[in-house]
Amino acid sequence: METRSIMIVGVGGQGSLLASRIIGNVLLSQGYDVKVSEVHGMSQRGGSVVTYVKYGEKVYSPIVEKGEADIVISFELLEAARCLPYLKKGGKLITSTQQIDPMPVITGAAEYPADLVKKLSEADVELTAVDALSLAEEAGTAKASNVVLMGVLAAKTDFPEEIWQTALEKCVPAKFLELNKKAFELGKKA
Amino acid sequence: MKKLMLGNEAFARGLYEAGCKIVSSYPGTPSTEITEEAAKYDEIYAEWAPNEKVAMETALGASIAGARAFCGMKHVGLNVAADPLYTAAYTGVNGGLVIAVADDQGMHSSQNEQDSRHHAIAAKVPMLEPSDSAECRDFVKAAYDISENFDTPVIVRMSTRVAHSQSIVDTCERMELELKEYTKNPQKYVMMPAFAKGRHVFVEERTKKLIEFAETCELNRVELSETAEFGVITNGAAYQYVKEALGERVSVLKLGMVNPMPEQLIRDFAAKYDRIVIVEELDGIIEAHCRNIGVNNVEGKSIFGCIGEINQSAIAEKLLGVKKEFTELDVNVPVRPPVMCAGCPHRGLFYCLKKLGVTVSGDIGCYTLGAAAPLTAIDTTICMGASISGLHGFNKARGSESEHKSVAVIGDSTFMHSGMTGLVNIAYNNSNSTVIILDNSITGMTGHQQNPTTGKNLKGDPAAAVNLEELCKAIGIKRVRVVDPYHLAETEAAIKEELAADVASVIISRRPCALLKYVKHNPPFKVDADKCVGCKMCMKLGCPAISIKDKKAVIDHTQCVGCGICKEQCKIGAII
Repeated sequence: METRSIMIVGVGGQGSLLASRIIGNVLLSQGYDVKVSEVHGMSQRGGSVVTYVKYGEKVYSPIVEKGEADIVISFELLEAARCLPYLKKGGKLITSTQQIDPMPVITGAAEYPADLVKKLSEADVELTAVDALSLAEEAGTAKASNVVLMGVLAAKTDFPEEIWQTALEKCVPAKFLELNKKAFELGKKA
Repeated sequence: MKKLMLGNEAFARGLYEAGCKIVSSYPGTPSTEITEEAAKYDEIYAEWAPNEKVAMETALGASIAGARAFCGMKHVGLNVAADPLYTAAYTGVNGGLVIAVADDQGMHSSQNEQDSRHHAIAAKVPMLEPSDSAECRDFVKAAYDISENFDTPVIVRMSTRVAHSQSIVDTCERMELELKEYTKNPQKYVMMPAFAKGRHVFVEERTKKLIEFAETCELNRVELSETAEFGVITNGAAYQYVKEALGERVSVLKLGMVNPMPEQLIRDFAAKYDRIVIVEELDGIIEAHCRNIGVNNVEGKSIFGCIGEINQSAIAEKLLGVKKEFTELDVNVPVRPPVMCAGCPHRGLFYCLKKLGVTVSGDIGCYTLGAAAPLTAIDTTICMGASISGLHGFNKARGSESEHKSVAVIGDSTFMHSGMTGLVNIAYNNSNSTVIILDNSITGMTGHQQNPTTGKNLKGDPAAAVNLEELCKAIGIKRVRVVDPYHLAETEAAIKEELAADVASVIISRRPCALLKYVKHNPPFKVDADKCVGCKMCMKLGCPAISIKDKKAVIDHTQCVGCGICKEQCKIGAII
């Protein structure tokens, strides 16, 4: 099988490391060769962050380049627009509709582009836009947006349900597990 | 057991399995997790040292004592530790000594893009370079064998991509080793001229033996393809990009040992093809080696250059002329640079410095972000500790006019690393400089490591804490005071007073990092839209939680931690 690529993008501090570890565990349990590439250090401080997950019979490069991703999962709308070129034509784009102003917008040096959901829906990709923040707050905390989006991903892919549950149990601290399971379910139904 | 492991985690696993006993490091992205993960094994003693030089000397001492030892650092850290490295190359080891140096191709989190292979060449020590997590584990074990068999420290070179990518590792049991016997041996360990001359001869002989080893060792591997159109010589992360982009269209010589490099192995490989492409990130070190040994059918840097990372797309495009198709929006997407977090204690301080218009000699840490808009408060950032010594030189050059309007800013961990020697210079050589220590009670940028000021050690256990006020006074600074950067007026007044004073002074701007788990946050503030006049005074703070919507300020409740500096800044009381 050809190597497949998933990109997780967002703003530093939104929890992309946890999301990539959940997906990595799901894929590992399916017997694939897996590579996950993370970002640490300076970029984590509120900057754009990108995590790559690749799987297949044999994975070489841990990174994803333009036109290579089968799925892009974005925790923030502007980041979805930024990373659109990494998606293959016709690929799946799953994005939260949450908007976080980057510093150039805060300082007035740039504007947050308008109507991004509409523009993304017109691109040659399969778009799913979800209000992950509200669903996460419904589950109990805004911090669970990442797991809401894992639920959306689960609904858009065909890995067995119990594998996701096991991965959640493995990656999420026990005291937050129930809350995150709820967030995952809300994402699946979104 | 098969496990997905970060390269750094697999490296630590290699230390564990190889029977390493002593670890001493200084944090630095992308090397930090090696030591954090090693500390999780009870069989390994692991510590954060104040800087890389101390760490390497500690590890060398442990090696001389007979233990397998390790120290880890980022590429620029090896510059700090270069002094012990170059002489440890002469003394050699007793128990194996392995050093990790993590380069940062692409400068994801660094101030320069130096290629650490130059240090291995100049210090005449072997250097291995893994390409994925499984190799990290395996190469650490190989490095200990080389270290003990050839009597040399061994460097394992990491890169951001190898260190911070997870791939599958099949773990093994630990090899439990007894301490090697220690016997006094001044000819080997006392490096004064008479003995060092003898050891230099040994070093040159050792290099010859290492080249022979490189010819046949399993670290260097030829992967022949029957359908090869040309040959590729590569190393580290670049090997993965080559395999992905070119597959069976090339034969590959993968160099796992990048210093010293084999000669006959390369000649034999290069003789098989008309064209040899060398795919190596940063400097053209393999390429230069090929030409030195008379292999001239090579090209590399003329294709890929020596800046930043290489990737599979760049290889496919430059060597095969293939480009992938993709979709783009016809929208101007603003950049999203890293910023100081909401509630960051550094923000208030930098706001005051900007307001006062002072020249700021900066340093390495989260607070380097004070250079970014809208605060733009920092004038220089060079290397660990340079803020203080650089300010002293700046003031000596420009005299008292400059002394009253310039400061140095440095974090608590960076001050312990190499800032205090600069402060000694200020006291000893008498410049009227003002130094601000940004004490956020943690090493922030690398992800919250303890340091000698925090009262805890690497394992989180209680430890002696350096008292910064007493230390500065002991150095000879008479004016030392503490401010809370959450109080803008108090902070601004303190800076003004110390700049006006006619002797050197230290201001300790003290407030723990807002991301620390034990820090209790206040409820988020909000904006009274009826009162807000849209003057944007709060926006001058550059807080990521505040934005303007419909000409009124809005505070994002998910980000705000209630630090209150925007409330102090809002003169009309619209923030409540």
